[in-house]
Amino acid sequence: MADIRNYTINFGPQHPAAHGVLRLVLELDGEVIERADPHIGLLHRGTEKLAETKTFLQAVPYMDRLDYMSMMLNEHAYVMVIERLLGLRVPERAQYIRVMFDEITRILNHLLWLGTHALDVGAMTVFLYAFREREDLIDVYEAVTGARMHAAYYRPGGVYRDLPERMPQYQVTRGKNEADLRRMNENRQGSVLDFIDDFTRRFPGYVDDYETLLTDNRIWKQRTVGIGVLDPDRAKALGMTGPMLRGSGIAWDLRKLQPYEVYDRMDFEIPVGRAGDSYDRYLVRIEEMRESNKIIRQCVDWLKRNPGPVIVDNHKVAPPSRESMKSNMEELIHHFKLFTEGMHVPEGEAYAAVEHAKGEFGVYLVSDGANKPYRLKLRAPGFSHLAALDEMSRGHMIADVVAIIGTLDIVFGDIDR
Amino acid sequence: MPLTPEALLARIEDALGDKLVASRIAVGELTIEVKPEDWVEVAFALRDEPALAFDLMMDLCGVDYSAYKDGAREGARFAVVLHLLSVVKNHRLRVRTFCADDELPMLASLIEVWPAVNWFEREAFDLFGIVFEGHPDLRRILTDYGFIGHPFRKDFPISGHVEMRYDPELKRVVYQPVSIDPREVTPRIVREDHYGGGV
Repeated sequence: MADIRNYTINFGPQHPAAHGVLRLVLELDGEVIERADPHIGLLHRGTEKLAETKTFLQAVPYMDRLDYMSMMLNEHAYVMVIERLLGLRVPERAQYIRVMFDEITRILNHLLWLGTHALDVGAMTVFLYAFREREDLIDVYEAVTGARMHAAYYRPGGVYRDLPERMPQYQVTRGKNEADLRRMNENRQGSVLDFIDDFTRRFPGYVDDYETLLTDNRIWKQRTVGIGVLDPDRAKALGMTGPMLRGSGIAWDLRKLQPYEVYDRMDFEIPVGRAGDSYDRYLVRIEEMRESNKIIRQCVDWLKRNPGPVIVDNHKVAPPSRESMKSNMEELIHHFKLFTEGMHVPEGEAYAAVEHAKGEFGVYLVSDGANKPYRLKLRAPGFSHLAALDEMSRGHMIADVVAIIGTLDIVFGDIDR
Repeated sequence: MPLTPEALLARIEDALGDKLVASRIAVGELTIEVKPEDWVEVAFALRDEPALAFDLMMDLCGVDYSAYKDGAREGARFAVVLHLLSVVKNHRLRVRTFCADDELPMLASLIEVWPAVNWFEREAFDLFGIVFEGHPDLRRILTDYGFIGHPFRKDFPISGHVEMRYDPELKRVVYQPVSIDPREVTPRIVREDHYGGGV
């Protein structure tokens, strides 16, 4: 009788299916997982500690770099916690812009998740389609903020600037002739809002395309149905939020149940799964993209009709306009003080959470009245999701670990912080 | 609709009795403080009391209060802050406790109450050096293998103590004392109340 022993293998930290720098120590019995021990922290930059040495405004761009797949959602929780302690009321137009960009970001995140998850499981095509649509939305990011990813657009008190009147167009290059350009610039003739509006008309058809490729695909179902099952009570005990919780059948969504900004005026549904497996979570996220699309349309509609300010008129928090800064002594002092010393947040503590694309993203801020946070704690959804990987993957095969990592929708920027 | 913080506080007073040391309602959020020796018992009560039903552990983190208001604050140094959410009842709560010993902060683990707390306690141990008694696997989580010190303590410099480089002679990565100094571009300032008209 041969001596049978379990063996341990190392998965990552450089592995295309590890979605970043995840080192996973797997204890195997044959090909069956006995224990999975994720080693994280390879991307730990100490964002929370760095924020303690920066003024409140200087820490905004750090938030983009947390979950670098849903940039503005991170910023949103951060500016919300500052606004709560300051007792600021954000102008209505800024609230609509934030809701619209939250949902654009959610679609961006889900498209990337869908593409990479399918790629891990073996379907190449979805990835290419998903990135085609991401390109349009990333162009919107660029047109509005000047940056394709790390936007730094949300500011305490509102958003940095209003939506531009003109959508940038493709220019003539050696590779593109006039006819190509006319076709490519067809939906870029109007404002940014017109371009987003056009996108929301096209997008439901694209989601149908993804569903044609995957929903009834035999291989896709064999790889995801019954994999990583979480029953509702266990999902709650493990601290699951967002699509991970809704996939198990719990209709919990902060946008509906603890609405912030103008989500209470939006008309949308909360999709929930039933079986709590990878396939149900896939269906939930696909439906969420359709619901996000509906919310974007409602915001575009409102924003086209209602011009107005997009940031508060309180110069202790938001800078004065360039013109008044250059012609008015008082405003010049405000501008100087805001960008050198920064704003002071009153002593106290607060926790603000948003329904992030991945789950609940919360920011806990302790302020002692200084111009910098005393303690900033970022509650990343992926952190508790990845902690459950051990339990979810036990008894599955090695190949299923890849499918489970995919369904967790993890990004190391926010797990390691 | 979610319960008002005042109504939630009344229910918590009923459930915890004299275990409740202090409570505070600010910016629409309820914070309660409990003694470290009651930590696990309070957690069970908050989870199992049907009127409270805190079934989701959202966040657990350490806070080092040693530099609060530039050191003007008295009292214990390390606090553990717990954020709870009830999915069933739709309300939130923040629970705080101060560890008794500043030199070796210890607290009982909540792993039996909410399994989700596992990595959060490892993180608080790693970054603040708070030891959670009864935790099954209290290893460092975010810092490097073999890291020395607890980086989120206020007396740990932002630049760290060691840096890493490749040594071509030894043909491996070596650690050496940091060659940079901590640099502060904007000083930290605490102003008096309503400075310059206030917000």
